[in-house]
Amino acid sequence: MSVILTFLAAIALIAGWWLSRQGITSKPWLESGTAPSLAEFPQPPPYRLGTAVFLVVIGGLFAMLGSAFVMQIDETPWQLVPLPALVWFNTALLMLSSLSLHFASRDADHRTHVWLALGSVTAVGFMAGQLQIWTTLTDNGYGLSGAPAASFFYLITGLHGLHILGGLVALGLVWFRLAQTGIPKTNQAPVALCALYWHGLLVIWLLLLALLSGLGNEFLALCRSALT
Amino acid sequence: MAELPHDTDPKLPPAEVADVIPPHAHGWWSQYVFSQDAKYIAIQYAGTATAIGLVALVLSWMMRLQLGFPGLFDFITADAYYQFVTMHGMIMVVYLLTALFLGGFGNYLIPLMVGARDMVFPFVNMLSFWIYLAAVLVLVISFFVPGGPTGAGWTLYPPQAILSGTPGGQSAGIVLMLLSLILFIIGFTMGGLNYVVTVLQARTRGMTMMRLPLTVWGIFTATVMALLAFPALLVACIMMLFDRLLGTSFFMPTLVELGEHLSYGGGSPIAFQHLFWFFGHPEVYIVALPAFGIVSDLLAVHARKNVFGYRMMVWAIVGIGALSFIVWAHHMYVSGMHPYFGFFFATTTLIIAVPTAIKVYNWVLTLWRADIHLTLPMLFALGFIVTFVNGGLTGLFLGNVVVDVPLSDTMFVVAHFHMVMGVAPIMVILGAIYHWYPLVTGRMLNQTMGHIHFWITFLGAYAIFFPMHYVGLVGVPRRYYEIGEPAFMTAPVDGLNAFITVAALTVGAAQMVFLFNLYWSRRHGHLAGSNPWRATTLEWLTPVVPPEHGNWGEELPLVYRWAYDYSLPGAPEDFIVQTDPGPKAPDAGPS
Repeated sequence: MSVILTFLAAIALIAGWWLSRQGITSKPWLESGTAPSLAEFPQPPPYRLGTAVFLVVIGGLFAMLGSAFVMQIDETPWQLVPLPALVWFNTALLMLSSLSLHFASRDADHRTHVWLALGSVTAVGFMAGQLQIWTTLTDNGYGLSGAPAASFFYLITGLHGLHILGGLVALGLVWFRLAQTGIPKTNQAPVALCALYWHGLLVIWLLLLALLSGLGNEFLALCRSALT
Repeated sequence: MAELPHDTDPKLPPAEVADVIPPHAHGWWSQYVFSQDAKYIAIQYAGTATAIGLVALVLSWMMRLQLGFPGLFDFITADAYYQFVTMHGMIMVVYLLTALFLGGFGNYLIPLMVGARDMVFPFVNMLSFWIYLAAVLVLVISFFVPGGPTGAGWTLYPPQAILSGTPGGQSAGIVLMLLSLILFIIGFTMGGLNYVVTVLQARTRGMTMMRLPLTVWGIFTATVMALLAFPALLVACIMMLFDRLLGTSFFMPTLVELGEHLSYGGGSPIAFQHLFWFFGHPEVYIVALPAFGIVSDLLAVHARKNVFGYRMMVWAIVGIGALSFIVWAHHMYVSGMHPYFGFFFATTTLIIAVPTAIKVYNWVLTLWRADIHLTLPMLFALGFIVTFVNGGLTGLFLGNVVVDVPLSDTMFVVAHFHMVMGVAPIMVILGAIYHWYPLVTGRMLNQTMGHIHFWITFLGAYAIFFPMHYVGLVGVPRRYYEIGEPAFMTAPVDGLNAFITVAALTVGAAQMVFLFNLYWSRRHGHLAGSNPWRATTLEWLTPVVPPEHGNWGEELPLVYRWAYDYSLPGAPEDFIVQTDPGPKAPDAGPS
């Protein structure tokens, strides 16, 4: 369970920082009729915060999957699935997609369409590439119901792909609204939400990739030794 | 978008979110069925949870009939008994308690108590309920498919849960259960995002986090915990569904069933236990924390006294929430874990008793020298404290490895967790309904029926679960369809089992009185007026009671004080509402 506990420790740190800004040591019974003495700090709008909280939940989901994956490795020694080189190309596509959406959310002008188009195409390319990896692995004898490592690979990449698919639906809605209004400025907030979501899924994918490819083994060993 | 309110009152910080009155529903369907108003959604949640909870209540009667009078009822076969046990447990914990506290009370009270017009994402909130309803319907359908619902026990441990020896294991029962749980978690996540963001961002001006009523703190913290804990159950359900339908072996070791080698191999059943309990233990507090918060408010209002140690109560809620994520394996002492792990988890389990005890002491000190009104909400709140202390103390026994190992599979555990997370939170739910029914309907619940309901429920619950501790100590195992009189039992328990069954049937019947009271008082109860309990919190201060769409009329309320200004010396009345700007309260009070 080292993965999820590490994740939760990070969340606890953020929550602790946030709570420290909420005047939790104040004495509200003495504040009657007065202004609360809270440090002012800017709050993100509700949709942005909602998306961020949702990304934390998704992070928790994949951290749990990661924990289950690591537990299996600990209990039953196994071979990791040999990842095809295409996985690195796919990763580059997802990074490009995330970067494009970032620029699309930043510039509310005619270039928004270009960045949005690039972000959408690369995201679709990522999905197609992932499906191709599934085909390659199945052809190489790593089926879903074979070794647990292969099962985990399909499950983890499949769930991540489902979340990307959900993001693509949201992007589709943004395209629809853009087509209706034609004005990027009024759609800047939804584009920014898509960008935030994409950044989150990119970070999650990079961590999952480290796990699936064995790159994160040393870090996990460190976490385990710290926790045990 | 509307403009943020001007800073007309320099004593209050500016609003963080613009005041936008949510659009009115057009037509009956959008107002009452596909409503986006959190108050209607709350009632939909509460109605659905109560309905499925009644099913679980009847299932418990079936179980008790078998245990009290074994062999008397032909239709209670061994398979049916295990199905009753499983569905009773899962429904009560997830579909009733979680849904009612967070979906029911959360939806109704959060916007009103923080001074918001509604949840921040009303459409997503509506979807949350409909997905929850779909989850409940899928669960109900499992009763009617060939083979019936799953009988794997509410913990659904593999490998037995998906093997042919378990009811529903190789039929649709387990599949529908897993699908239903997946739907529930998706629906809850939608609602949970609403609750969290609403508390964080839609509080009205002056409502700092430390001026929130403890009810909101409890529901807020429980929701954060649920958002972090339910993914563990989701992952476990998806992986088991893969094992059952797609032939993977996430949780399935190499198996021989009836002489036949199954195609599974290489999986870890223990991994499921870790995932399940990583959800399962926080789930105890997901149910308990809203109860802690609500009961604090009930005590303050009905004892006319400020909550003792408010700050400490908030810290305890947050502390319990955090600690509950590192105690999960105390449910797994008998799974063959390393003894050092057992030591670690026993320690964390006992540490969590510290903030919990702080809360109990503070409740008692809130009552100390208070102007206690023995209203129905107060009676239920007192019933909760006593029951929670009882259940908590046996929890201290079971948290220790050496005590837990011999008791783990006995009825002692059943008695413990029913006291601490069955009876105790139900006491709070019932007290809360007596307290907030006038807000929802504008009428009071009938007192006579209420007293009959309280005393039978409270005394009856003790008649059920006190002897059950003894039955467990004698050695009666749990999860057994029929026990007979095996040599390891130190005393016969037939008479006690029959007594417990009669008590359970009686307590169940008393709930019908309560349901009738809900129905009857809706039309015939005394008119409540706008603030019948003379409470300080915002939910009672809407321009119209019951609150209308948008809650607050033209202007959002402004908050000048905390939620517990009761019986202040020199004040003209024994309560000062949160919107009262002055005079400044005396610098006296608990520290």
